[in-house]
Amino acid sequence: MTQTQTQTQPRPSPLVSIENIDIALPAGSDRKFAVSGATISIDRGEVLCIVGESGSGKSVLASAIAGLLPGDGLQVTKGRLLFDGQDVLSLNEPQLRRLRGARIGFIFQEPMTALNPLLTVGRQLAEALEAHGHPASPARIGELFSAMQLPEPETIGRRYPHELSGGQRQRVAIAMAMACGPDLLIADEPTTALDVTTQAEILKLILALRVSHKLAVLFITHDFGVVREIADRVAVMQNGEIIEVGNARSVLDTPQQPYTRRLLAAVPTLDALRRPSLTDRVALLELDGIEKTHAARRGFFAAKGRSVIALDGVDLELREGETLALVGESGSGKSTLGQVITGLIERDAGHFRLFGDDIARAGDLFTSQRRPAVQMVFQDPQSSLNPRHDVRRILTEPVLRAGLSKAEAHARMAMLLARVGLDASVADRKPHAFSGGQRQRIGLARALMHQPRLLVADEPVSALDVSVQAQVLDLLAELQRDLGLAMLFITHDLRVAAKVADRIAVMQQGRIVEAAATDDLLHRPQSAYARALLAAIPGRAHEADFPHLKRLQRDTA
Amino acid sequence: MKRRLSRPFLTLPVLFGLIVLALLVFCVIFADLLYPGNPWRMVARPNLPPLSPGFPAGTDMLGRDLAAGLVHGSRATLVVAFSVVAFAVGLGSAIGLAAGYLGAAIDEGLMRFTEFFQTIPGFLLTIMIVAIFSPTRWTVILAIALMAWPPIVRVVRAEVLSLRRLDWVRAARVSGLSHIRIALLHVLPNVLPQIVVQSSLLLASAIMIESGISFLGLGSRDAVSWGFLLGSGRTAFSVNWWLSTLPGLAIFLTVLAFNLVGDGLERWLDPKRSRRAGP
Amino acid sequence: MTRVARSQRHQIQGIAAAYGRAFGLRLAKAGLTLFAVIVLSFLLVRLAPGDPALILAGDQGGSDPAFVDELRHHLGLDGPLLFQLWRYLQNIASFDFGISYRDQRPVLDIVLEKVPATLLLTGSAFVFSIVLGVTLGALSARRPGSAVDVVITTISVAFFAMPMFWVGLVFIIVFAVKLGWLPSYGMETTAVSARGGWAALGDRLSHMVLPVLTLGFFYMSVHARVSRTALLQISAMDFIRTARAKGLSPWRIWRDHLLRNALLPTITVASLQAGQLIGGSILVETVFAWPGIGRLAFNALSGRDYNVLLAVFILSSLGVIIANLIADAAYRLIDPRLEREGKT
Repeated sequence: MTQTQTQTQPRPSPLVSIENIDIALPAGSDRKFAVSGATISIDRGEVLCIVGESGSGKSVLASAIAGLLPGDGLQVTKGRLLFDGQDVLSLNEPQLRRLRGARIGFIFQEPMTALNPLLTVGRQLAEALEAHGHPASPARIGELFSAMQLPEPETIGRRYPHELSGGQRQRVAIAMAMACGPDLLIADEPTTALDVTTQAEILKLILALRVSHKLAVLFITHDFGVVREIADRVAVMQNGEIIEVGNARSVLDTPQQPYTRRLLAAVPTLDALRRPSLTDRVALLELDGIEKTHAARRGFFAAKGRSVIALDGVDLELREGETLALVGESGSGKSTLGQVITGLIERDAGHFRLFGDDIARAGDLFTSQRRPAVQMVFQDPQSSLNPRHDVRRILTEPVLRAGLSKAEAHARMAMLLARVGLDASVADRKPHAFSGGQRQRIGLARALMHQPRLLVADEPVSALDVSVQAQVLDLLAELQRDLGLAMLFITHDLRVAAKVADRIAVMQQGRIVEAAATDDLLHRPQSAYARALLAAIPGRAHEADFPHLKRLQRDTA
Repeated sequence: MKRRLSRPFLTLPVLFGLIVLALLVFCVIFADLLYPGNPWRMVARPNLPPLSPGFPAGTDMLGRDLAAGLVHGSRATLVVAFSVVAFAVGLGSAIGLAAGYLGAAIDEGLMRFTEFFQTIPGFLLTIMIVAIFSPTRWTVILAIALMAWPPIVRVVRAEVLSLRRLDWVRAARVSGLSHIRIALLHVLPNVLPQIVVQSSLLLASAIMIESGISFLGLGSRDAVSWGFLLGSGRTAFSVNWWLSTLPGLAIFLTVLAFNLVGDGLERWLDPKRSRRAGP
Repeated sequence: MTRVARSQRHQIQGIAAAYGRAFGLRLAKAGLTLFAVIVLSFLLVRLAPGDPALILAGDQGGSDPAFVDELRHHLGLDGPLLFQLWRYLQNIASFDFGISYRDQRPVLDIVLEKVPATLLLTGSAFVFSIVLGVTLGALSARRPGSAVDVVITTISVAFFAMPMFWVGLVFIIVFAVKLGWLPSYGMETTAVSARGGWAALGDRLSHMVLPVLTLGFFYMSVHARVSRTALLQISAMDFIRTARAKGLSPWRIWRDHLLRNALLPTITVASLQAGQLIGGSILVETVFAWPGIGRLAFNALSGRDYNVLLAVFILSSLGVIIANLIADAAYRLIDPRLEREGKT
């Protein structure tokens, strides 16, 4: 862990050593190599994090270690790969199988799809044991589940994956990876699909296992918060190359490469914006006791399904020109609330006032006055634009239908495209020609075409890479300020909320548990849940240890 | 998206299918030029085997030219097939779009209705309808179409359901566009590739069913189709094997061609989704 | 430990109750489908041009005014439409499908004595098509693009495009007429089957070969395609990667993870095929003069014996509905995700 040890003393032979490896992509891809010239080693018992944005080759590199490269044409074309002195690249499939599961455990990103839906989790764990000649007695299985801190470890093995939560499934996956006592655990973004509080628990579990099992961990992530939480050493990857490797503290503290610096600077911190209080402004939106229950889909022949209470009495106020962040984990009801406000779904009960008028039902939002005034930005840049329409049609069709002249519509489009940082020439292209960040900019321009007064942004940056995320966030904040919009910003990430919001409302199980000015909420949280959310933010415990980081962020900003 | 472009449409099977279809179109258009007049005239000695000079497909027991029958039969067969597809695709797309777009209650009702037509023995019902009502060309077309639309509904509905959850449909709602406009001008065009693929596969099964009906001798007598030729030739199959074999070959090649082109279209337009079921 | 046992028992009871509820709903739905089939067949006769009594009496019965009058009264055709429907439902509920004028016998007897032959034919073809189809699909999914895959795919694409009755005729021409290996029509040689024993069994089997292959090859091609596609899709899924990462042997992965999941679409397709098999058996039984309900339906159609025809339609629909219930139960047995819901 300390710098002197790793750098001056002669190290024992590493557990994994990767030397100058090239992994070729299939012919016809946009670049030749998924990984090129990568050299790195993993010591026994250390946690190595590989950080990079999507497409950097980090997952491919990890898969190669146990011969698990996906079948569609990825191939190691050059270099050496040793695991505990064994040349992995020269092993045949049965030899590799003795390595996988037994000496190298894997966990993957998506707990929802990583388990076979048709077999009980106990049977799937038993398989992992039996494959390497270990007895799979119920006692042993219960013991493993218990070590993963799963509830009811003796009986949970009889459940099927769909009966477990995402966090529980990931624990089952870890149990399978740990079943045969491996030397190395390869974890490919294992917490990305989980809520922050669940993520914090899983990270804690992995760190505990590392100590109790003397385990080396190769942890792949895009999140520097997670890195700060668990890494001994860090490797940064960009376009298939390892551009920087080093002790975690030194990389995070004094990054050498400009790319690393840029990535680090893009990580939002919990510094609240200091902005004048808006309490004297007029309330645009007032919600009082909003309730919504999602009835399970039922038909005449469908058995009674469970209905889910999404909103359980929400009170909320949004003032003119204010940005309110609605923060909550999955299932908290935050997206449902956003859809109630934009009229996409009907509420069951509660008062809803917009611009001082009562909204009796969702249909009241679809009037020629109100519809343009309330607009929305969506989460997924892959699906938020109609793939068959060009940007011109996407932007102008609604305002043309609303009665704007063609000339005005086109003028407004040109103005907004420029405003969101896109060239006017993009108007003739279809969505597939754009990157995720560009699509989000188009989505933002579309929302602004109607010159709204209230903008609902539903997780607008959560699908973007960190560096792009920062740009889009800055753009949103800037536009909000310049246009004097009121904005409801829905997010699961308190760090993102801190960056844009005047006030933050924390939601849990359909209720707002705390709403306060951003600075107050971040530094003086009143509710237990807000405190838990804050504590779960990865890397936060160490934030105080990294004074350089803040300076760095100020410098690059 | 990039993938789609790199995937060639013109694979060997598709090329084969297109050549067969081109020949077919040629026969349909030039039938009257190739074999003018009534194809059912007696023109030569009876029971000439295939490849006899002037009569490439041989003649039947009354000395009628089988080649003339086959060329003219292509018309009858394809007219029925295309009409069936027009009806079935129209009905199926409308029901599928309504079921997928209009929400759970309507979906439930429409899908029960569709399921019913998928459950009952369709071919039996079709021939019952044809027999009980008079076997005209239109009865045959409507009776086949009545049983042919459910697969279209399933595909269109599934696609609309998954599209409806996408953010761009919500965005269109929030931007103030009407439901009708979104359903017809935004969602439907996105389902078009699937509809085209299904149409091609449906053409194949319509030809199959029509020839089954005609084979049983229950079909329309307005125009002679391949199935009818096959059925009427089968009584003499031990002597004149070609009378039933060659029309069957024509049906086989045509159905094969539509299937191959349909599969090719599907791979090209929609690589993610693959064929789920048979006819 | 007792607490655990109790919670386990509760869980099992809960699952059983959920199964029961789901099955009850399925049964209700099946009943409604059957009801709709009966109403549809009623409407078919009512909507047809002409006097329904004349239609039902058929070509031969229609010439006998006394018979037509009796029929009209029996079916309540002199009353209002809803009354007629009620009478029709009543008759069917008491298994009265009317009299076949041609045979002068109750229709139900005529149909029921043909059912075993059709079950033998369709059942054998069904088993043949699934077993061979899934096997071929699995072989071809092993290495997509390989020579084996290309051959299997070509075979299944070809059989999928061949009209069944044509395949039957070609089989007869080749194997019965030219080569003389197998009989071309009927279900048995009377002289041989009367003697019983192994000879009779062999005779029956030799009669079955061509019709079963004719019917089976088509559905085999469907199953080969469906299972190939399903296996390829599933082999790209995350849990297969997990299984590989656990170090499982290829055989275990194939059996427990791939095949199990890939069987689900096969079951769905198989249940859709139940209705199609009836249609197929009409064609195949006609070609091979197989004495089942398909040929009965064809003869009834040609002879305009509509009572027989409607009975075949209603009873074969019932058969399809039962087959679908079985398929549904099989699906639930494999897929635990459905056990607590009432629908697929």
